[in-house]
Amino acid sequence: MAKVLVVTSGKGGVGKTTSTAALGAALAQTGQNVAVVDFDVGLRNLDLVMGAERRVVYDLINVTQGDAKLSQALIRDKRIDTLHLLPASQTRDKDALTEEGVAKVMEELRAKFDWVICDSPAGIERGAWLAMRHADVAVVVTNPEVSSVRDSDRIIGLLDSKTLKAERGERMDKHLLLTRYETGRAERGEMLKVDDVLEILSIPLLGIIPESEEVLRASNLGTPVTLSNPNSAPAKAYADAAKRLMGESVTMMVPQNKRSFFGMLFGRKAA
Amino acid sequence: MSILQFFSRKGSAPVARDRLQILLAHERAVGGQNDLVGVLREEILAVIAKHVPVEPDNVRVKMERGEAISTLEVEVDIPSQAKVRVALSA
Ligand SMILES: Nc1ncnc2c1ncn2[C@@H]1O[C@H](COP(=O)(O)OP(=O)(O)O)[C@@H](O)[C@H]1O
Ligand SMILES: [Mg+2]
Repeated sequence: MAKVLVVTSGKGGVGKTTSTAALGAALAQTGQNVAVVDFDVGLRNLDLVMGAERRVVYDLINVTQGDAKLSQALIRDKRIDTLHLLPASQTRDKDALTEEGVAKVMEELRAKFDWVICDSPAGIERGAWLAMRHADVAVVVTNPEVSSVRDSDRIIGLLDSKTLKAERGERMDKHLLLTRYETGRAERGEMLKVDDVLEILSIPLLGIIPESEEVLRASNLGTPVTLSNPNSAPAKAYADAAKRLMGESVTMMVPQNKRSFFGMLFGRKAA
Repeated sequence: MSILQFFSRKGSAPVARDRLQILLAHERAVGGQNDLVGVLREEILAVIAKHVPVEPDNVRVKMERGEAISTLEVEVDIPSQAKVRVALSA
């Protein structure tokens, strides 16, 4: 049974595209058939983060408009053959993406893959709405910083009202992915703590991704961080998050100092 | 971390620079409507379609953009019946 997952946040630059690539690669490494879909029309970047920018022939809009078959537009990853990318259009107008077109492609993707991961554009407008429309599961990417938390709250509201699942009266499965977390600064009171963010947003925690230079290095190389350095802290945190998405219970670690967070969260807010 | 690792780890920015130069050279050209590889792709498919019925399912197009050389690979399955028709009309 295919699961459609949207990676969303409201705010830009918080780590949606990074997380889409890292989670997609981590899930695909377990043998799951994964498609990552770039919904950021006009500002595509998932191809670059995945290292497939030179291989783009067709894009999502070509498929929705019938100019290309889905199978022609999908780019198979060179490192993991269960990982596929459907790129966004770089040149077309945002309005070229229609609700019907997206519905058609999502249906086809569902039939082909175990996981369809939609990388949302920033904002709360049409593009973000289209990306979340068909989701069964949402990963809300948030930085420990006031404007990001506020925007995530807005997005959570939209997930609960504007998605097909919500319109059918079902509950959207939402998970918080706290990214660019700096334990030291949080402990010194310079940055919101995990607990602060969880208390405000009150959705279960999927993972805490530390701020790390490995993420920059991975994007330089065009390799999801879970592949470029699997033993690095962010890669491990993403791999654990992917396991939780598959239903495994994995002990939650606060980045850097390896104190268990599980006891604290268990029974209250554990994902 | 070994010394070797230390140096090789510093090396990711040049890779990023090279990737961007190739990508942007291409994207700027597209902005000026000069996407040669894209034009070739469309025209090659059109030429083939003139002679044989081309099922979109039987076409695979692969591109690999390089700095000096880009390669375009168009693979079309031509049904054997169609082959006969081409021979007759040629
Ligand atoms: N955990 C992290 N540590 C360090 N830098 C990060 C981390 N996550 C994301 N970044 C950086 O933040 C910037 C924005 O990330 P991106 O994934 O493009 O965000 P979005 O898709 O939400 O706009 C990028 O430069 C990325 O490399
Ligand atoms: Mg992005």
